[in-house]
Amino acid sequence: MPILQLKNICKDYIQGKEPVRVLKNVNLTMERGDYVAIMGPSGSGKTTLLNIIGCLDVPTSGEYLLDGKSLRDLDDDALAEIRNRHLGFVFQSFYLLPKLTALDNVALPLLYADVPLKQRRERAAEALKAVGLEERMLFLPNQLSGGQCQRVAIARAIVTKPDLLLADEPTGALDTRAGSQIMDIFRRLSQEGMTILMITHEQAIADCAHKLYHILDGELHGEEADTHGI
Amino acid sequence: MRENIRLAFQGIWGHKMRSVLTMLGIIIGIAAIITIVSTIQGTNEQIKENLIGAGNNVVTVQLNQNGNVYDMSWSPVPSGVRVISPQTREELCQIRGVENVSLYCWRQSSSSVFYRNTQHNGEVYGIDPNYLDVYGYQVQQGRGFTQEDFDGFRKVALVDGNAVRTLFAGENPVGKTLEISSDAFTVVGVIAQSEEFAPTINSMRDYHLYMGSSAGAVYIPDAVWPTAYQFDEPQCVALKVGSTDDMTAVGQDAARILTDSQIIDKSGSFDYRSQDMLEQAQQLQQMSQSTNTQLIWIASISLLVGGIGVMNIMLVSVTERTAEIGLKKAIGAKKKRILLQFLTESAVLTSLGGIIGVLLGIVMAQLISRMMQIPVAISVPAIVIAVVFSTLIGVVFGMLPAVQAAKLNPIQALRRD
Repeated sequence: MPILQLKNICKDYIQGKEPVRVLKNVNLTMERGDYVAIMGPSGSGKTTLLNIIGCLDVPTSGEYLLDGKSLRDLDDDALAEIRNRHLGFVFQSFYLLPKLTALDNVALPLLYADVPLKQRRERAAEALKAVGLEERMLFLPNQLSGGQCQRVAIARAIVTKPDLLLADEPTGALDTRAGSQIMDIFRRLSQEGMTILMITHEQAIADCAHKLYHILDGELHGEEADTHGI
Repeated sequence: MRENIRLAFQGIWGHKMRSVLTMLGIIIGIAAIITIVSTIQGTNEQIKENLIGAGNNVVTVQLNQNGNVYDMSWSPVPSGVRVISPQTREELCQIRGVENVSLYCWRQSSSSVFYRNTQHNGEVYGIDPNYLDVYGYQVQQGRGFTQEDFDGFRKVALVDGNAVRTLFAGENPVGKTLEISSDAFTVVGVIAQSEEFAPTINSMRDYHLYMGSSAGAVYIPDAVWPTAYQFDEPQCVALKVGSTDDMTAVGQDAARILTDSQIIDKSGSFDYRSQDMLEQAQQLQQMSQSTNTQLIWIASISLLVGGIGVMNIMLVSVTERTAEIGLKKAIGAKKKRILLQFLTESAVLTSLGGIIGVLLGIVMAQLISRMMQIPVAISVPAIVIAVVFSTLIGVVFGMLPAVQAAKLNPIQALRRD
């Protein structure tokens, strides 16, 4: 069963008095273990699509099945729970809490999943190890470089062992070297079986994925370019 | 929850200056209330201690007309009121809790007592042999009254310390002669309240005495009272009660017995009423309390203003931390959790303010007591209420910002920067 199915997803925003259709009949299917990149220029609707896939926004019409279950008519708290249990987010600007150590930042999603403190610490340490930051667990974000911050953010996204990892321009705020380190981590995660959906506007980044889609003016065009294969 | 409290402390510690300024309103309000309550409590306890005395509990029962004490300095012997008989006195002794009973006559202000050319402006008492024991007087100089003084209708007198001062200008009065209603009385002794710790006040009279507003008192045996003043004067009654708690009940019982047995003309306006010191203490306490209640209301306004300040800062904090809230929601924090986080933060902030306020209030109360010689009693219930109340302020005024935070749309929250 596909982990993700989007069927004719449309999204309208009211701008002034006229509704503007940002997403037009988007269809997308992802299987477990897929590594998908969606490319598009800014304003193409890629962030809106990611927000809908990430359960941060709801589509105007169409059907969204996550792991075979429809997400229609769920309330905010139910969506929050799905985000917590099934999805992991990596943002362009990290969004680490500045007053918390790397370890506490990573442990935060587990707090919302009501995992006891000791286990939270253990699992967060494990996740930080997976991104190569076991030496810097008790550092505050402002003591870490941009690349390290993004690795902490990735650790936070994978600490809950999500079904789907969503990344929004994960290298957008980083220099090339740090960016390629991040991409290495994504590649390794993919090899370990993680399902990844990434949006970007850089061809080099998109080329790392197994499948590439283009989004333009709200329309998704499949260009099933199995660039690397497994 | 523990996590929330930890985070709240972190947040407060992270913005020390802002937190202190936010708490200031609460601190000042709570400190003011604690100071006021402590001084009220202290004053009240002193009044109670002074008026009720330490184990020297006396209830006086006096003849009243239309609710006012019937004063024979100005009025004639009331018709239809009997002199208290030994049987009635025995009845009074039988009231549960009564240890001793004294009957006495008195004039509030007597123009008929002179020492040489000095007129006595104080009171004159005709006392029975129990009087000194009931009121806890002790002989300081000379001697007290003996049974022979009573039996032999001797014209002898006792004076108290104030009378020594006003009437005898500080000389030793023992052996001196007083003129009472044109009769010569020999002063045989000076009496004073038995315990020296000041002030032990058993009656309003003692209170005035202590305050220096009395010119003192002269005591003569009740046996010679009729020759100096009047025959057939209905006496006043002083009852010494074992326990402070019984005073009110004993006073009421005694008043009822006396009203029943002494007043022949039931249709008249006379009755006996007890002067319960406990009651008078309460009246005095109420006086100080009502003025201070107003002060507490004023202090509460400071708390209200403090609460609004907290709300203001929390709203700023929510705006500032939009990204944080958005991120938390994105990684799965439910509305309730965000709400609780901000409520906890404002409640911790105001509770901390409350605790600091309590400490400051205690310090201020102590300072005031040092400077103005007012006793201070720190009230534990007041402290508990103050802290709980400041927590409540945090919850109430933190509600609006917290609801706003919980309602934030994560997309918009994350888009901000």
